[in-house]
Amino acid sequence: MNRFLWLALIALGLAAPFVVYPVFMMKLLCFALFAMAFNLLLGYTGLLSFGHAAFFGGASYVTGYLVKTSGLTPELGVLGGTLFAALLGYLVGSLAIRRQGIYFAMVTLALAQIVYFVALKATFTGGEDGLQGIPRGLLFGLIDLNRHYTVGGGPLGLNLYYFIFVLFCLGFWIIHRTIHSPFGQVLKAIRENEPRAISLGYKVERFKLMAFVLSSALAGMAGSMKSLVFQLASLTDVSWHTSGEVVLMTLLGGVGTVLGPLAGAFTVVTLQSKLSSVGPWITVIIGGIFVICVLVFRRGFVGELGRLLRRPL
Amino acid sequence: MTDPILETRNLSKEFKGFSAVSDLNLRVERGHIHALIGPNGAGKTTVFNLLTKFLTPTTGTILFNGIDITREQPADIALRGVIRSFQISAVFPGLSPLENVRLALQRATRTSYQFWKSERCLDRLEDRAMELLESVGLGELSGGISGELAYGRKRALELATTLALEPELMLLDEPTQGMGAEDVDRIAALVKKAAAGRTILMVEHNLKVVETLADRITVLQRGAILAEGSYAAVSQDPRVLEAYMGGAHA
Repeated sequence: MNRFLWLALIALGLAAPFVVYPVFMMKLLCFALFAMAFNLLLGYTGLLSFGHAAFFGGASYVTGYLVKTSGLTPELGVLGGTLFAALLGYLVGSLAIRRQGIYFAMVTLALAQIVYFVALKATFTGGEDGLQGIPRGLLFGLIDLNRHYTVGGGPLGLNLYYFIFVLFCLGFWIIHRTIHSPFGQVLKAIRENEPRAISLGYKVERFKLMAFVLSSALAGMAGSMKSLVFQLASLTDVSWHTSGEVVLMTLLGGVGTVLGPLAGAFTVVTLQSKLSSVGPWITVIIGGIFVICVLVFRRGFVGELGRLLRRPL
Repeated sequence: MTDPILETRNLSKEFKGFSAVSDLNLRVERGHIHALIGPNGAGKTTVFNLLTKFLTPTTGTILFNGIDITREQPADIALRGVIRSFQISAVFPGLSPLENVRLALQRATRTSYQFWKSERCLDRLEDRAMELLESVGLGELSGGISGELAYGRKRALELATTLALEPELMLLDEPTQGMGAEDVDRIAALVKKAAAGRTILMVEHNLKVVETLADRITVLQRGAILAEGSYAAVSQDPRVLEAYMGGAHA
């Protein structure tokens, strides 16, 4: 993609809180990063994990705990959550990559359910209540993330927003770099033709495991960011609904495209927010949209657009 | 006097009681083009999968350059310099032919785990990749999508990718299968060219190709060696005529 498009996206991101409600915008960024991390695995390595909520939610608990109970600064909280997700990813990945296809998905789902159960029963997670009132604290011990500025008549929490935006950009950059690295080339080879990659001498298990750890670490970073934004880590974050939602976002936007998961996450989160007044019917509406999209845009919004423009997006 | 690059001793593979390969003692001489032929179901592809560790032998040993490789992983075999092709064409369909070959060249660069580096560091491999593509007649198609290439060209691309690894021993599983006469001749010529300085073991159905290329032929039947020798000797063997030609004079 060209530089101009990148700069335009960054400018949009910087200007967004003045136009869109910042908390909503931050939610979009968290879920977009989550979906992009997931896509690194599904779209670029060909592995369908059905347990990514374990990393997203697990990290959000760890960050919440570190910040609330241990009193760490938010950046250390995010770092701790991310490292936890990477470690958990290593454990889950080591077991799951021994199987392929649907069995791989089932192993990740089963292990994620264990994480859910731990979150429900352990004491430090707050059980059914989750961790509430997680403080945002002082970034590097200096910058108050709760500070609001008065812009155009209303208060805006710009410190927090830009912290989240910078983390999002960092995550985006890592994913983009990974896809376009020598390592990413081998991942694509594994996705395209695994036996051939083996016969060229690549130890595919190691590559898959490394991709899994990267993906879970970044999904964890998204979860850590989310727990600071909402000041809450809850069972929803680790539930299999969240694992399913990220699959949905990625497929809607376009598997294996850089911007697809971003578009997919924006679509799903926006729909959930705009349609929240209709109550439980929202699931039916989103389900219907999903079915139509899968039938009409099989490659997702961005995937189809990329096909029209005949270039990868 | 003999210098086997690859040797199997009493190699057997059973699938739930069915013996696909039994007591195979195969010797491939260094520098030869060795052809493995036999009727359908004779176990040729199974032998290939055993040699490259895509299947684990039930009993027996495999020696490469005198080293026992029976217990090694498929990727380890490849790192030793034994590179295989597949019966159905094995390219990375979504990538360009240039990227296909570059992936093979990339392996030696030790950058493959570096997710923090830009893929631009692979640009220096492109001259060599182009050279290889040109050697198989794909120079002008280097930027397209490999999956959209014609069948014969995919096989040529596969050969270029395999050659990029500078293998000591190439295992080709039916390189001319499903091709028109024109493509067959081209691939046969490429195989001949690729054989310079290395050893090739190939499964091949096209006897004309076998006749022109192979230095030595092993005929398999029901997982065991039926006959072995030069084309002239093997083609006169009455057992081979009966088994392989499907009883032409019955």
